[in-house]
Amino acid sequence: MQSAEGVSRASRLPRYRVRWNGEPMVAWAFLAPALLLLVLLAVYPLGYALYLSMTTAQIGVPGRFVGAANFIRLARTEIFSLTLWNTVWYTAVAVFAKLVLGLTLALVLAQRVPGMKWIRGAVLVPWVAPIALSVLAWTWMFDSTYSVFNWVLMRLHLVAAPVAWLGVPALARFAVVLVNVWAGLPFFGITFLAGLVTIPRELYEAATVDGVGALGQFRRLTLPLLRPVLATVVLFSVVMTSSDFATIFVLTRGGPMNTTQVLATLAYRLGLATGDLGTGAAISLYLFPILIAVTAIQARLMRRSWQW
Amino acid sequence: MVGSPARRAIWAYAGAAPFVVFALFPFAWMLITSVKKDAELYDLAQNPFLIRTGITWDHYRFLFEQTAFPLWLRNSVLVAVSSTAASVVLALLAAYALARMRFRYAEGVSTFIFVVYLMPTTLLFLPLARLVSLLHLANTLWSLIVTYPAFMVPFITWMLAAYLAAIPKDLEESALVDGCTRLGALRRIVLPLARPGIITATLFGFTLAWSEFIYALTFISTTNLKTVTAGVVVDLIRGDVFYWGSLMAGALTASLPVVVLFSLFLDHYVSGLTAGAVKG
Repeated sequence: MQSAEGVSRASRLPRYRVRWNGEPMVAWAFLAPALLLLVLLAVYPLGYALYLSMTTAQIGVPGRFVGAANFIRLARTEIFSLTLWNTVWYTAVAVFAKLVLGLTLALVLAQRVPGMKWIRGAVLVPWVAPIALSVLAWTWMFDSTYSVFNWVLMRLHLVAAPVAWLGVPALARFAVVLVNVWAGLPFFGITFLAGLVTIPRELYEAATVDGVGALGQFRRLTLPLLRPVLATVVLFSVVMTSSDFATIFVLTRGGPMNTTQVLATLAYRLGLATGDLGTGAAISLYLFPILIAVTAIQARLMRRSWQW
Repeated sequence: MVGSPARRAIWAYAGAAPFVVFALFPFAWMLITSVKKDAELYDLAQNPFLIRTGITWDHYRFLFEQTAFPLWLRNSVLVAVSSTAASVVLALLAAYALARMRFRYAEGVSTFIFVVYLMPTTLLFLPLARLVSLLHLANTLWSLIVTYPAFMVPFITWMLAAYLAAIPKDLEESALVDGCTRLGALRRIVLPLARPGIITATLFGFTLAWSEFIYALTFISTTNLKTVTAGVVVDLIRGDVFYWGSLMAGALTASLPVVVLFSLFLDHYVSGLTAGAVKG
């Protein structure tokens, strides 16, 4: 009896009610093209990478199944452990530098003075320009013979002979981090700025009334309230920095003696230049755990501010 | 800390100056290098900041007349425009469904799109290279037009869904009550309201596609078919000889389109950047 009543009530409902009932179908129809594309061009390749990584595939040769042999063999080679360590070091130092400098930049950009809009625009340019091309300018600035930095340092009598920026391991490592920081800093600065401006000014006024100094306000007000933004940006940056390719490929190609080699450049070298697809795929898959960890943390952080 | 407005301004400018110099110096260096004569460029005794023997356009002439640079620019425009157009259409449909419609697994779909959005291109380039050659797309511009949306769609969907969710539903709902279809409501009501968001998404998509490097480097080997990033980095360097004048001319010229777009739509970029992360 109840169900019959339900049906008769439904038939009396206005027309749009019917439309809402068909909504899931429409929603899936709207989503289908995008999801299909992502399955074909992201999920399937990921699965394929997993498969390749467990074979001896070469370019043009299918190869045979070897299980985890590639991963195990890799872990025992010196070049791979060096590369893994380089990637961790590169990511940790660059992300930390971007965090500290990005906070400073955001505090500077938050000042309300004439022309600040253009200053914000100017510091964002490295982020907009194609990274592979701007790194080319850095390669030229670090040139072993014609480096502009060398000219300045020698003019100031800080060094006696030209410094081989990209030829000495420690300096090359410094150079790749510097260039990564240069390219990534704008994103940190602007995103932190967006977080800063959402903090109510009254809080600062109240703190001033209570006699809290500028440093105390920063430590006890700005930092805690900015924490969600800081966390999100750092997590993103960990993924982007650990998988960086262009900076290192253009600047050092992983040299000298693989001291700036990271997972992405080694995967390219072994997978394409040498043609050893199986090993190359295994190397890039070492990035996957980072991705999983970041996604898990990010999903937990976002659940609170989920909008839709 | 709180001084007169003038003193505060001076402190702000003094604080900003190092960041501005740091950000812009490489571009200034591209410009100086690209217009300097070779004799002066490679003269160690000269002050590299100055141009003493006059400006030359030789490096640009060489780039445009003796290399495939004009073709690379054309290829980049073709690839960036078509992959952006396709991505914005796909992403708009998906974003509209996520922002407005109720269906099971909506949260699962959002999470899935978010995970793909985080997936770095360096994780996928090897299997995609194989896939591209299986589809007989290797060494064609299609290999890029087809694969770029894989990283653009998640990002643009994310951005547009947030934008659409902020638009009031009333107008759309009355249109639906009046018998408008979802697609009709999207086209006639949402599209005009969401125009700023769509412009931002398009700009970001174009910038991403224009800057892409590893796919362009991997999927295309013929010089004339390269995009400008891969072309300048790989094909302008012959053996161990670096023609720094034309390299810098190429890097600067190829950066200009996106930098000009950026300066024209500064506010769009800043609002978009804070809506989602792309690189950093």
